[in-house]
Amino acid sequence: MSEFWESLRRATPARIGLGRAGNSIPTAEVLAFGAAHAAARDAVHLPLDVHALVEALDGLALGTPRVVASAAPDRTTYLTRPDLGRVPGADLELGRGGAEMAVVVADGLSAEAVAKHAVPLLENLVPLLDSATTVAAPVVATQARVALGDHIGRALGARLVLVLIGERPGLSSSDSLGAYLTWDPRPGVLDSARNCVSNIRPPHGLDHATAARTIAGLVAGARALGATGVTLKDGSFTAPLPGATTTATDRF
Amino acid sequence: MRYRQSLHGHGFEFDGLVEVLARATPLRSGDILAGCAARSDTERVAARMLLADLPLTTFLEEQVVPAESDDVTRLILETHDEDAFAQVSGLTVGALREWLLDAAARRDTAALTAVAPGLTPEMVAAVSKIMRNQDLIAVAAATEVVTGFRTTMGLRGRLATRLQPNHPTDDPSAIAASILDGLLLGSGDALIGINPASDNPRTVADLLRLVDEVRLRYEIPTQSCVLTHVTTTIDLIEAGLPVDLPFQSIGGTQGANEGFGVTLAMLAEADEAARSLARGTVGDEVMYFETGQGSALSTGAHLGSGGRPVDQQTLEARAYGVARAFRPFLVNTVVGFIGPEYLYDGKQIIRAGLEDHFCGKVLGVPMGVDVCYTNHAEADSDDMDNLLTLLGVAGCTYVMAVPGADDVMLGYQSTSFHDALYARQVLGKRPAPELEEWLASAGLLDPDGSVRDIDPATTVLKELAR
Repeated sequence: MSEFWESLRRATPARIGLGRAGNSIPTAEVLAFGAAHAAARDAVHLPLDVHALVEALDGLALGTPRVVASAAPDRTTYLTRPDLGRVPGADLELGRGGAEMAVVVADGLSAEAVAKHAVPLLENLVPLLDSATTVAAPVVATQARVALGDHIGRALGARLVLVLIGERPGLSSSDSLGAYLTWDPRPGVLDSARNCVSNIRPPHGLDHATAARTIAGLVAGARALGATGVTLKDGSFTAPLPGATTTATDRF
Repeated sequence: MRYRQSLHGHGFEFDGLVEVLARATPLRSGDILAGCAARSDTERVAARMLLADLPLTTFLEEQVVPAESDDVTRLILETHDEDAFAQVSGLTVGALREWLLDAAARRDTAALTAVAPGLTPEMVAAVSKIMRNQDLIAVAAATEVVTGFRTTMGLRGRLATRLQPNHPTDDPSAIAASILDGLLLGSGDALIGINPASDNPRTVADLLRLVDEVRLRYEIPTQSCVLTHVTTTIDLIEAGLPVDLPFQSIGGTQGANEGFGVTLAMLAEADEAARSLARGTVGDEVMYFETGQGSALSTGAHLGSGGRPVDQQTLEARAYGVARAFRPFLVNTVVGFIGPEYLYDGKQIIRAGLEDHFCGKVLGVPMGVDVCYTNHAEADSDDMDNLLTLLGVAGCTYVMAVPGADDVMLGYQSTSFHDALYARQVLGKRPAPELEEWLASAGLLDPDGSVRDIDPATTVLKELAR
């Protein structure tokens, strides 16, 4: 790459100043693009290592983790039928635990994001919650979309559900985790009634400690207000949320 | 109305035009998700046979989406030109296919232009369903939809690009660096169009000023757009900001447009406000619309007559019916952006891209295509190369041009500055005449019409990198 572009490349993640091979992109850059696309595709298609995740979650001493699957039997169905990823594949037999908040760790569109960030995020988050916010034993969910958490939260009798889920991978961000908070979880909750903290992905995106503080603030706000979603943003919790959005999209 | 068709000894029955259209549609995941796709290949072909025999007048008599509850249907019926329709009013859908292919073979662009206002989106969607990819290409290539602002779009032998310099935090110097890269590679004749990461009107205003200053400073004949909600743009026009093209995402039903927070009256207001500024030099079309198959379904606004799901391609064609009513400068179908639950793989994306381009052009809309895919779709750069090449042959007005094909703000892959150079090279296409002249004056144009590979540090544009 020419000297002219070197400093500009440091100022933006955009693929500028690639140079030319005739009218096309030079070989090294074509391969770099291929490598980034491969990482993103692997994040989508490689299955979550459920055993390793359960073991790591067990280390948090929140109770023995449980595992549930959505109604999408495989990845292809998951990708083409978002409706099936939003409902459980079988009756949920989780037992009502009486905890205030359910925690669901879901593969979503990036198992890599979940494997890397879910446990350290929870390690940071749990100490920040006030003593009244009891946390249920984590539930690992596979072939899952955000709304599956509504069924799990309901089954556990929780007032709040926190879903940590792998976000759709970008070319330069295959390991981005999203956190969705929903008050009074039950089937049929609208996406606009959730709060979302996205792009949890140190060192490039939000770091675990900052994301945990933001989520803890949202949890406190939700409990004070008795709601999540647009009202929580506009009302009790108005601190800036770096990398956060409040209206969940239907991507999940 | 119930329709019946038998094939291979099986009888098929369809509940209304809405179901015939859906069952006749080439396979795609979005129609399966909506529950309206054909349940077998034989059923699909039976529906196509039935469709081919339907008189075009059927589409004026039987509504796919009821007019009483949908203002897009009312707009389509109100703007239907009976005189233009007269020359094909006796034809069936199958005969219309042959009429279009015959006009294309005679290179009778005038006939295609003349018939456009007489065709409804549903008629054009219907005929596309019985056309092969080569038919879609041949007919689109024979159409000519010319519009202008500071550059002229849609001339034969030209392929324009939208320079798309997006950045995840709207950083002005990073955006300027991407604009510089694109200009040096001959992109930006359709527009310089930024998707801002923030909807904040102040950010949008800053970006509008940034692009306008670049344009004026280097006397670049192009137009800019910061893609934000049309009501924000109207406010910015009133505040005196340099708005060239108002943008809006639109859909094929009233409900889909409500999902985008937009009404037909708002679009008319934006068109009028931007036109009143008279900032164009070679033409006065101002609206920039984006569409995409699946947008109605994603907001649950895809139901038609009898509460039946309408297939996503028919709804997409109806979105062009909306666009056409506002004389747009450019329309862009963002074909692979929405994800695999609507278009699963490269085959489905390529087919949809060709359908959208064909339907837009035959309806008289200045159609461009964002040749793109997401990382959870079964598609890659090779599929995009195929679609880009096919669209180039089909005479596509413009495509996107993103640094290295990687949109670092929206998180998807489109076509690159280099891709546009490739397409122009292999297809003998050139940029819009106004930008071509500017490239020559800036020393960027080779005598053979290609863009020269020169050291950026030697051009006046290098100051953009500060």
